[in-house]
Amino acid sequence: MPATLFQKVWDAHTVRRLPNGQTQLYIGLHLVHEVTSPQAFDMIRARGWTVRAVDRTFATVDHIVPTADQRRPFADAMAEAMMSTLERNCREFGIPLFDLGGGDQGIVHVIGPELGLTGPGMTIACGDSHTSTHGAFGAVAFGIGTSQVRDVLASQSLALDPLKVRRIRVEGELGRGVYAKDVILQIIRRLGVKGGVSYAYEYAGSAVARMSMDERMTICNMSVEGGARAGYVNPDDTTFEYLKDRRFAPKGEAFARARAWWASMASDAGASYDDEVVLDAASIRPTVTWGINPGQAVAIDERIPSPDDVADAERASVEEALDFMAFRGGAPIKGTPIDVAFIGSCTNGRLSDLREAARLVRGRKAQPRVKALVVPGSERVRLAAEREGLDRIFRDAGFEWRGAGCSMCLAMNPDRLEGRQICAASSNRNFKGRQGSPTGRTLLMSPAMVAAAAIAGEVVDVREMLP
Amino acid sequence: MSERHIRRIAGRAMPLRGDNIDTDRIVPARFLRAVTFEGLEAHLFEDDRRTPGHPFANAAYQGARILIVNANFGCGSSREHAPQAIQRWGIRAVVGQSFSEIFFGNSATLGLPCVTAAPETVDALMRAVEANPSVALSLSLEDLLVEAGGVRWPIAMPHAVRDALVSGQWDATGLLIDRYEDVEAVRARLPYISGF
Repeated sequence: MPATLFQKVWDAHTVRRLPNGQTQLYIGLHLVHEVTSPQAFDMIRARGWTVRAVDRTFATVDHIVPTADQRRPFADAMAEAMMSTLERNCREFGIPLFDLGGGDQGIVHVIGPELGLTGPGMTIACGDSHTSTHGAFGAVAFGIGTSQVRDVLASQSLALDPLKVRRIRVEGELGRGVYAKDVILQIIRRLGVKGGVSYAYEYAGSAVARMSMDERMTICNMSVEGGARAGYVNPDDTTFEYLKDRRFAPKGEAFARARAWWASMASDAGASYDDEVVLDAASIRPTVTWGINPGQAVAIDERIPSPDDVADAERASVEEALDFMAFRGGAPIKGTPIDVAFIGSCTNGRLSDLREAARLVRGRKAQPRVKALVVPGSERVRLAAEREGLDRIFRDAGFEWRGAGCSMCLAMNPDRLEGRQICAASSNRNFKGRQGSPTGRTLLMSPAMVAAAAIAGEVVDVREMLP
Repeated sequence: MSERHIRRIAGRAMPLRGDNIDTDRIVPARFLRAVTFEGLEAHLFEDDRRTPGHPFANAAYQGARILIVNANFGCGSSREHAPQAIQRWGIRAVVGQSFSEIFFGNSATLGLPCVTAAPETVDALMRAVEANPSVALSLSLEDLLVEAGGVRWPIAMPHAVRDALVSGQWDATGLLIDRYEDVEAVRARLPYISGF
């Protein structure tokens, strides 16, 4: 019987049916970072357990690392304590750690693919909701809490219920200046921030088939913002080409065999889906959030909704968002002044994102009153960008060029908004207080749109500024 | 390993209105800078609490054991710090229209039941508690009912999670390591581990 990738991966990793009816699912790759793991290691120690599969467990540091001055010990004693706790835990249990300055460090969802740790047909878990990013390779990848991190460390498995699968087909060609970020923001806007609860999203259609791995990662990354714990794209030649020669990917003849197995895990033609949605790529325009969740977004030439325009069920949310943002319903989003521009994060901190932003910035200057920040997703992205001279382009334009980390996406390090600042951000969440100031405001958009906003000092249509 | 049976939760309640209350609001990221969960309850809704009239800053709701919420509660970050802080504050069950999946799963692992109810039920419960914060709620996981002031409403929860809580088996780790040879068998047949 034809099956979806989700079903095939689920079946291949099922250990057994637990007495409570849940499935015990084998976890093929466990990624660990400093924020959600220390308590899990403590629980392991307290119960006298051990880490079962150190060869399937990899750690890095990303959330709390400073991006300006990375010398140890960090100025922030708590950040230093978290860092040294992870280092100690990895040493004690024999877990490989991609540590700061080692060349492989970076945001966990950027380095997994870079190193070829991520692969098609895998189950991948990490104590971070944006683990859905790895679904771009045709993996079933999802975020877990700390008690589940403990479970994976102790048993390399989790107790879970299967998800339904919704296929989201994006058909046709994206216009110039329209990016994967705009596609996923429009998907979330259409299906809602809780529309994906109990689903995995399978992204398909001709527009997705043409996308690079970086673009597919941007889309899968934000599945969770639409309520879907996991999102994936079926593996194809683009996937296989990306993985070729990556450090942990199979080599030589093994690669050919791997390729056949990977391809066999893709959804079969004729597989049945629990739901299907189709989007017209050509109708998608550069998109910007105006509210306090990622579903509250409009195209650049649309107006911010007014409470009178929306369904009864939406009204309270719209009013709350307008009140927090101090925006007026019915006003255009275009022309909104910004104070900060942030390019980075696991959503849009990869090399292609920096290239596209740099293409826009080259020969221009950011508005002097705008604090503009570029934070590469990994040490490898940073180095590659510097080899191409992207750092110089950004610096010449008045942007700060930083070390790799999560940075201002969630402001666990010194990079944060102050007061009521408005930030044009290439990250994934515009929640109240997300960027470190309880009253700070976030406008999500593509990295090219962030670059354009930094130059103009306000939200603009990137299509009018592309060289 | 906990074997505590969770069958019935009774006590005063707290209504917390609003859809899509995310985990960054429940525990802002700056309080994740820690290596334990201890003391997290002090930072529960740290920023939201500054809004006048916020339930967590309202003395009338201190000591509440049941939290009543609207739709998609706990969306966003997977941080277990959110249900940890809620539980450490003293909440023993959450009733809501719907929950984010990760929050729901994290809570279940901690023995903190999140049950769903119809929007009308949630609204009726919120109104009842707002009118009289001293009203006691009683929530039965065995009967899947919530009762307040002599009125009963149905609540829902996936069977597996309900059974795990009621039978005291909600801490899954024991089950998962119980037959590790089964885990090894799956590992052995996965080509990306055993070798292509």
